[in-house]
Amino acid sequence: MDILIPVLIVAAIGLIAGAGLTLAAKLMYVSVDEKVASIREKLPGANCGACGYAGCDDYANALVHGEGISTSACPVGGAYLAIAIARILGVEADESEEKVAAVMCRGSSDAIRRAMKHDKAWSCRAANQLYGGQMECRYGCLGMGDCVQACPHDAIKISDGLAVVDRDACVGCGICADACPKNLIEIHEKSKRIYIACKSLDTGLFTMKACAKGCIGCGRCESVCRFDAVKVENNLARIDYDKCRMCGMCVKECVTGAIIDIRKKKKS
Amino acid sequence: MKEIIMIMMSVILVNNFVLSQFLGMCPFMGVSKKLDSATGMGLAVTFVMVLSTVATWPIQHFLLDPLGIGYMQTLVFILIIASLVQLVEVALKKYVPSLYRSLGIFLPLITTNCAVLAVTIMNIDDGYTFLQAVFNSAGAGIGFLLAMVLFAGLRQKLDESKMVPAPFKGIPITLITASILSLSFMGFSGIVDGIFG
Repeated sequence: MDILIPVLIVAAIGLIAGAGLTLAAKLMYVSVDEKVASIREKLPGANCGACGYAGCDDYANALVHGEGISTSACPVGGAYLAIAIARILGVEADESEEKVAAVMCRGSSDAIRRAMKHDKAWSCRAANQLYGGQMECRYGCLGMGDCVQACPHDAIKISDGLAVVDRDACVGCGICADACPKNLIEIHEKSKRIYIACKSLDTGLFTMKACAKGCIGCGRCESVCRFDAVKVENNLARIDYDKCRMCGMCVKECVTGAIIDIRKKKKS
Repeated sequence: MKEIIMIMMSVILVNNFVLSQFLGMCPFMGVSKKLDSATGMGLAVTFVMVLSTVATWPIQHFLLDPLGIGYMQTLVFILIIASLVQLVEVALKKYVPSLYRSLGIFLPLITTNCAVLAVTIMNIDDGYTFLQAVFNSAGAGIGFLLAMVLFAGLRQKLDESKMVPAPFKGIPITLITASILSLSFMGFSGIVDGIFG
């Protein structure tokens, strides 16, 4: 009996509160703009915040009530969603290209030299704080999978001590890029099929010792490029994508293999 | 009257909820980046504190105490505060949309704010009458608002300043600032006794 009274009281209070709330929600119902509701339905509902708004509801609201808000802000939904939103709003869809994460390092465990050995795989962030990680190269991937843990879409994994992006599963939300303490992950357009997968600003001599696949800044790519798109600055080659035609000459010329060509991989 | 002023002074300055009792630290750290959002949060907390005291004080004294189940206080209060805040949110959305928009995300956040639960329980524990309890919670809310506004102002200045050494940038200097602000509020201890005692 002693236990029954408090249980009943709490249950009764809960019921009354619940009934009151239901009633209030019915009585004081505010009709939501139809457009907001239908856009909200189309949005993925992950509430990841990658669009820059506080969740999907907020973005849907901003789209309808704000002015000049990009319909392609949601990287999860991609171009398909942008078109769907634009159709609901009755505006032209923004030109948006699908984006994808790319790891700017090729330092797999056979290529890179270790400066020290860690007994346990910690997190990259922790390892980075201890003299910049276990690798000789201060810029390279630590391979402990902070990005893997961060990825909500299971699109990145550690293979042979190096983070590898599954380009089909990746939606380009950029959460992994924030998680990487070395800032190795870049979000760029899927059409950029050739890129320099190295961030080492060390001199060529040092890079060569540290990693077999790093950019040593030799400049062969720069001299072979017919479109003047590749430039070596601070011991690291950079591609100017306004000029690049994706011909792949630089990839062939690169001695260390620091330039990645994804077109090729797809063909073979 | 003197009693009520004493209660208000004490809870705003001496026993400030955030700075000397360390309640509601989450919004204190989280929502204090900008002055206007800090003010919004402070006002919303004050509002909810008073409202939940008005609701919970009678329930404790006319329902829980007569039945001898005062120990269910925590559970029942959480239930009531949560549903009350929801109700307020629905009502604001309908009748005062402008206020709803400015309080925005803060209202549902406050539902789980420990400072609100704490003020309702303290009102009971300290044996306040209904009127005293209402003023105590208003004071607690104003104290919270004061702490938020002061801290937000400091943080905005800190963000602009280039003098912060690199290792202290961001969270570390924020925590140090909070502790110094808290220390400075210790200077108020004894002020109520000094004025009214």
